[in-house]
Amino acid sequence: MSPVLSNLSRRGFLAGGALVVSFALAPRAFAQLAGGGEGGAGPAVVAPDLKGSLKSTPWLDAWIRIDADGRVTVFTGKVELGQGIRTALIQVAAEELDIPPAAVTLVTADTDRTPDEGLTAGSHSMQDSGTAIQNAAANVRMLLAAEAARDWDVPADQVTTGGDGRLRAPDGRTLAYGEVAARLSLHVQAVPDAPLRKPSDYRTLGREQPRVDIPAKLTGGAAYLHDMRLPGMLHARVVRGPSVGTSLQSPDLDTVVRMPGVVTVVRQGGFLAVVADRQWTAIQAMRHLQRAAYDRAPQPPLPADGTGDAVAATLKALPARDISIMDTSEPAGPAARTVKARYTRPWISHGSIGPSCAIARYVDGTMTVWTHSQGTFDVRRVVAELLGLPPEKVHAIHAEGAGCYGQNGADDVAADAAVIAKAVPGRPIRLQWMREQEFGWEPLGPGMMTELEAALGADNRIVSWRHAVWSNPHNNRPVGAGGVLAGNEADPPFPAPEGKPIPMPEGDGSRNSNPLYSFANTHVVYHFLKDMPARVSALRSLGAHLNVFSIESMLDELAAAAGIDPLAIRLDHMRDERARDVMQAAADRFGWSKRPKGDGRRGCGMAFARYKNLGAYCAVAMEVEVDRETGRTLVRRAVAAVDCGQPANPDGVRNQIEGALVQSLSWTSREQVRFAPDRRASFDWSSYPILRFDDVPGSVEVVVMDRPGAPFLGIAEAGQGPTAAALANAIADATGVRLRDMPLSPDRLKAAIGPV
Amino acid sequence: MKRTRWTGRTVGRWAAGGALACLVGIGAFLGIAHRSGLPPIPPPKPDAFPAEMLSRGAALAAIGDCVVCHTADGGVPYAGGRALATPFGTLYSTNITPDPATGIGNWSKEAFKRAMRDGVSRDGSHLYPALPYDHYRQVHDGDLDAIYAFLMTRPAASAPARENDLIFPLGFRPLLAGWKLLFLHQEEFTPRPDRDAEWNRGAYLAEGLGHCSSCHSPRNLAGAEETGASAYSGGVAEGWVAPALNGSSPATVPWTKESLFTYLRTGVDGHHGAAAGPMGPVVHGLSRAPEADVRAIATYIASLSADRAGTAPKTPALPDRSAEAAKANPVGASLFAGACAGCHEGGAPMMTQGRPGLSTVAALQLDRPDNTIRAILQGFHAPTGPAGPAMPPFAASLTDAQVADLAAYLRSRFSDRPAWTSLETAAATVRKEDSQP
Amino acid sequence: MSVTITVNGADHALDVDPSTPLLYVLRDDLELNGAKYGCGLGQCGACTVHIDGKPAFSCLTPVGAVAGRRIRTVEGLGSAGAPGLLQQAFEKEQAAQCGYCIAGMIMRAQALLDRIPDPDDAQIRAHMQTNLCRCGTHMRILRAVRRAVALRKGTQSAQEVRP
Ligand code: FES
Ligand code: FES
Repeated sequence: MSPVLSNLSRRGFLAGGALVVSFALAPRAFAQLAGGGEGGAGPAVVAPDLKGSLKSTPWLDAWIRIDADGRVTVFTGKVELGQGIRTALIQVAAEELDIPPAAVTLVTADTDRTPDEGLTAGSHSMQDSGTAIQNAAANVRMLLAAEAARDWDVPADQVTTGGDGRLRAPDGRTLAYGEVAARLSLHVQAVPDAPLRKPSDYRTLGREQPRVDIPAKLTGGAAYLHDMRLPGMLHARVVRGPSVGTSLQSPDLDTVVRMPGVVTVVRQGGFLAVVADRQWTAIQAMRHLQRAAYDRAPQPPLPADGTGDAVAATLKALPARDISIMDTSEPAGPAARTVKARYTRPWISHGSIGPSCAIARYVDGTMTVWTHSQGTFDVRRVVAELLGLPPEKVHAIHAEGAGCYGQNGADDVAADAAVIAKAVPGRPIRLQWMREQEFGWEPLGPGMMTELEAALGADNRIVSWRHAVWSNPHNNRPVGAGGVLAGNEADPPFPAPEGKPIPMPEGDGSRNSNPLYSFANTHVVYHFLKDMPARVSALRSLGAHLNVFSIESMLDELAAAAGIDPLAIRLDHMRDERARDVMQAAADRFGWSKRPKGDGRRGCGMAFARYKNLGAYCAVAMEVEVDRETGRTLVRRAVAAVDCGQPANPDGVRNQIEGALVQSLSWTSREQVRFAPDRRASFDWSSYPILRFDDVPGSVEVVVMDRPGAPFLGIAEAGQGPTAAALANAIADATGVRLRDMPLSPDRLKAAIGPV
Repeated sequence: MKRTRWTGRTVGRWAAGGALACLVGIGAFLGIAHRSGLPPIPPPKPDAFPAEMLSRGAALAAIGDCVVCHTADGGVPYAGGRALATPFGTLYSTNITPDPATGIGNWSKEAFKRAMRDGVSRDGSHLYPALPYDHYRQVHDGDLDAIYAFLMTRPAASAPARENDLIFPLGFRPLLAGWKLLFLHQEEFTPRPDRDAEWNRGAYLAEGLGHCSSCHSPRNLAGAEETGASAYSGGVAEGWVAPALNGSSPATVPWTKESLFTYLRTGVDGHHGAAAGPMGPVVHGLSRAPEADVRAIATYIASLSADRAGTAPKTPALPDRSAEAAKANPVGASLFAGACAGCHEGGAPMMTQGRPGLSTVAALQLDRPDNTIRAILQGFHAPTGPAGPAMPPFAASLTDAQVADLAAYLRSRFSDRPAWTSLETAAATVRKEDSQP
Repeated sequence: MSVTITVNGADHALDVDPSTPLLYVLRDDLELNGAKYGCGLGQCGACTVHIDGKPAFSCLTPVGAVAGRRIRTVEGLGSAGAPGLLQQAFEKEQAAQCGYCIAGMIMRAQALLDRIPDPDDAQIRAHMQTNLCRCGTHMRILRAVRRAVALRKGTQSAQEVRP
C-alpha cells in the first residue's frame, strides 16, 4: 500500500487531516490564472527563472522533506487520477535524490500540506510537478553534497551518491542523507541551475516500475475516497430533477422526514439533500423526493436528433466572437485541387465508472473536504465563497476517485457535501452522486464543429489551408461558488460566471486548431460561443479531439484526391524532426508500406498530432474491418508511437496511450449525449452506451520513443485526436466512404455505404 | 433471439403436423413427398441487378429480418449456423449467402422463389417450416425478386450447413410433405378495396414477410395457425407469450398507430413494456426498415384492436396498489425494493425519464406469468442496437422461490387480474430451459 | 430485522432492512471495499460478486435474497500480500488505470475461469462483455485474464511434474 493510501486506511483519516505542518507556503493568488492549462485559479508566478511549478513555489521545503532517520517525503500539488502520476513522480524524486523509490513517501494535493499547482489537467503534471520535483530534488542533492563536503573538507564535486541514500567521500567515508539533512534548512529557494543526474546514470527514471497504487485496487484495499469510513459518518444524497436546468416542483418532504433512519433534510434555496444513517435509506428518501414533477428553466434549444447537421445548426445559431488563431500568407502556386468539408462532434459525457463522491466535516468553524476534484485548491476557494468561510478555515484534501477525464461532477459533489456538512456540524458527511445524477448534471464535453478548406498545388504541396472552429468554452472550471451547482442553487444564487476562452498556445475549443504542419497560407479562426445550451466544461483533450480529427481527416481527403500516400503527404509538410520520427516509428511498427490496400472491407488509416503543439507527439495507425451489412467497424490492430521526452515510467506511458486510444475509439465511434426538449435524455449506460469488450481492438501496441533526459511532455490526452482521425481514415480507406460527423456509428456508416 | 419464432411453437406445429400426416394417408403423402431438383446456375454477377432493386430488397429483407435467423452469434451475416434449441432437438439455420458450394450461389430465381413459397430446397428436399414459407407465399413476385437480388449480392461466405440434431423421426424430411398438404394453402396477398393504401401495405407486409401472426396467433392441435376470429388473439414463441394484438389485447393503455410505430421502431413507446424476448429482433429489423413501411405495419396492426381503442378511456386508470400488494406479499415487496425499484419505482431514473411504468407492461396483465418470469431471470438486451431499453438478468441473484414471490407481488400491485399460480414451478421450468445448451 | 449472510466463508449476522442491496451491506457494514457502486442499475459490473459461484450484480441483489447463500468478493480471492492468481496476473500486466472497475472485472473473470479453465480469446471477450471500463484498460484486462490462464497451467504442470 502506498504511503498516502495508508492515510486512507480505515479510521485513519483524522490523523492525516490533523497533521501539523510548519513549512512555508508560497503566496497564493485568487486571480484567474491558468492552472494546469485549463483555466481554474492558480498560484502567482514568483520565480520566473525556475522550472515547472517551482516558478510559483520556489521553496525547497515545500516539495521535499528529509527526516533525521532518512525518510523522504515529497509533496505535489497534483493528484492521482488513475494516470499513474503518483508512481511517475516518485520515480522522478527517487532518481534526482538518488535513493530507492521505496524510500519516498508522496503526499498529493492538500491545501494544508502541499504546494498549489493549480489543476491536475491538460497533461501538465509531468511538465509542472515532475519538472519541479526533479529540479527541487537536484537542488536538495546539491545542498546535501555541499554540506557533506564541508564536513569532510573535500570539494563538493567530489561527493557522490550511490542510490542508497548515502553520500560518499572520495576516500570511502559515507554519511546518511538524514544526518546531513538534520543540519540543513531546506527552507531556501531553489536555484535554476542545480545539476541534474545524467540519463546514462539513471537507476529509476525511464525504468519500468510497477504502479504503487495498483495492488490495493486489485484486492479491495482502501484505494478511493469512496472507501473512506470516518467515525460517526452519515450518508447523504442530493435531490435534483433529471438533468441540469430542471427543478423539482414540490418534493414530498413530510413523508421523508418521518422515514426511519433519515437524520435530516437540508433545504437551502434550490438546494435539497437528505441525510441518513445508512446509504440505502438516503437513496430511498432521495427517490421518494424525486417523484415530484419538475420544471425546466428556459435554455437555448439542443439538437434533439443528434445528426451532424443538428449539431452544426445548434452551434451556428449562437452568437460568436471570432478569434484569429493563425493567419499566414506567403506566395504559393495556384490551387490544382480544393477540398472543403465540415466536421462535427456531439456532446460527450465523461462517463466515469464511479460517480462522484465527497466527504465533508464541519467542526469548530473549520470545514474539511475530501475530494477527488482535479483542483483541490479550487475546491477550497469554491467552498469558502459558497459558505462564507475564510479560505484558511477550509481544508481540502485530495483522495482518489474513479478516472475523471476532465471536469465531471467531482467539484459539484464536493460543494454539495460541504453545504450539507455545514448544516449538520460535527458529523462527517459522505455524499455520492447516483449514476443518473452524474449523467444528468456533470458538465459535458462540448459539441463542436469545424469547416475546413484546403488546396493542393500541382506539385502536391498544400497552397492554402482554412480552418474555422465553433465551440463553447471548455473552460468552466469552478474557481468560485458560481461555478458549482450548489452555488447556482443557493439563495441568493451565485450566478455561473461567463465562459471565457483559454488563449493559445493551450487553447480550449481552439486547442490544436493551429496545424503543426507547414502549410502555405494558413488561416485559422475560432468562433467562440459563450452561450452554452448545455452545461459544458473540460473533457480530456478539449477541442483537440475535433480539431485533430478535422485536420487529419482533411489531409487524407487531400491525399485521396491527389492519389498520394497518407504518410507521404504528412511527411512532406512536416519540418519538426520529432514529429517525423514519431510518424515513421508508428508506420514502421505497423508495416505501413506493406499494409493491405482498402478492398471495400479492410483498410488502414493513420493520423498524427503533437498535443497542443507543446506536449507529447503521438501518431496512430490502425487497420479496420468493416461489416458492410451492418456498418459495424472492428479495429483489427492499432499501433501508436509517442514521444513524451524522457519517459518516467515507459509502461505507464503505454498504459495511458492504450487507454486514450480505446477511450477515443469509444467517443468517436458511438458516443453522443441525447437531448429531449426539456432535459438531457442520456441518463444511464443503456441510453449512453460506451465501448464494451466485443468492440475493442484485436491488439494495441505502443512504441515509446527513447529521449534520454529530454524535458517531460504531457501524454495523457495526446492519443484522443490522432485515434479519432485514424479511425475515420481507416474507414474511408476500407469503404471509400468518408464520415465527417461523429459518432462514426454503424448506422451512419451503413447508411453511407448503401444496401450493397 | 429471433430463433424464437421458429422454435418451440413452430417446431411443435410441424412435428404434430407431420405425425398427423402420417396417419391421414401415406398414399397421397408419397405423391408429393419428393419434388424435383432445379438445375444449378452460375452465380449471377453483383452488377446483374439494378440498384433500385437492391435497395428494395434490402428494405424487404429488413422487414423479414432474414439476417437474424441466418447469422450465427458473432458469425458472418447470412452465412447461417444459428443454433435453434427446440424440444425436438436442435436445428441450424442455413447459409443464404451466394456461395455456390455451401450457400445459394447456384440457385436460380425460380429455385429461390420455390423455397420461399413451397418450402422446397433447390435439390428438391423439403425445408422445415422454421422458414415461415406459409407466410412468404403471400409475397408478391417482384418483391421476392428483389430479395433474391439483395441476397445474391451479399458477400459470399463458405459455411457448410450444420447437421440438424432432431429426435426420430423428425429428421426424415418427407414427413414435411404431409404437413404442407394440410396447411400450406395461402394465396398471394390481394388488397382489400375497402381499406386505404397504407393499411393494405401494412397488411401485406405484416401477413407476408413480417409473419407477425405466426407468433401472435394461437395454433391448432396440429400446430397450424388459427385464422378468422382467433387470428391475433395471442400465441407463444420460445416460451414467451406473444400477446394478443386484436380486441383482446392485454395492454392497459390501448395501442394506437402512433404508439405502435414508436414501439416497432425503438422497442419502447412510453406506455407499454419494452420489446423483449423474440420481439427484440423484430424491432431490430424494423428499426432499419423504411419508415413508411413501419408506419404501414403499425396502421394495420392498430386496426386489429381498433374496436377496443375506440371504447377505452383516453387516460385509463393504471393499477398501482403498492400498499395492498406489500401487505399480501411482504417478501415480494422487499425484493422489489432492493432489486427492481432502482429502475421501476417512482423517482427512479427510468421513471423520471419517461420510460413506461410497470402498470403499462403487458407481461403483468397476461394470463400466464411466463413473460414476467423470463424477463426477471434472463433480462433482455436493447432491441435496436447498443442504445435502448434493456434489463439485467436476475438468474444468479434470485432463487425460484424469490422469483415467485416477486412475480406474485408485481401481479398484485400492477394488475387487476387474478393472481398467478404455480409460480415457483414456472420459474424452475424457465431456469431449466435456460441452462440447456 | 436480522439477516445472516456468508461472505468469503465467514458468517455475518446483520441487523438490516432485507431490501438493502448487498452492495451497501458489503461496503458499509462489512467494510469490504472490493465491490463498487458504479450505476446501481445492473449495467456496469463494478459491483460484481459471486453468489453460489455465479457472478451477480450486488447493487441489485437485496441482502434478504442471499441469506444463507455463499457470497464471494474480490477480498476472498487474495490480498495485496497474498494475491490470488487473477490478482497476480492483473498486477503483472499492470491492468488498471483508475482501477475502479477492476475488482468487478476480476470477479467476472474468475467466474469464467471457474467454469472454463482454458478459455479462448473470443470466450473471454464475450464473457467480459457485461463489465464496463471507462479508462480503456480493456486490452490489459484481456491480457491479464490470459496470463492467469497461463499462470494456472504453469502451476498445474509444475505440480504435475512434482513427484
Ligand atoms: S453498480 Fe451494479 S452493475 Fe453497475
Ligand atoms: S480502470 Fe478506470 S474504469 Fe477501468
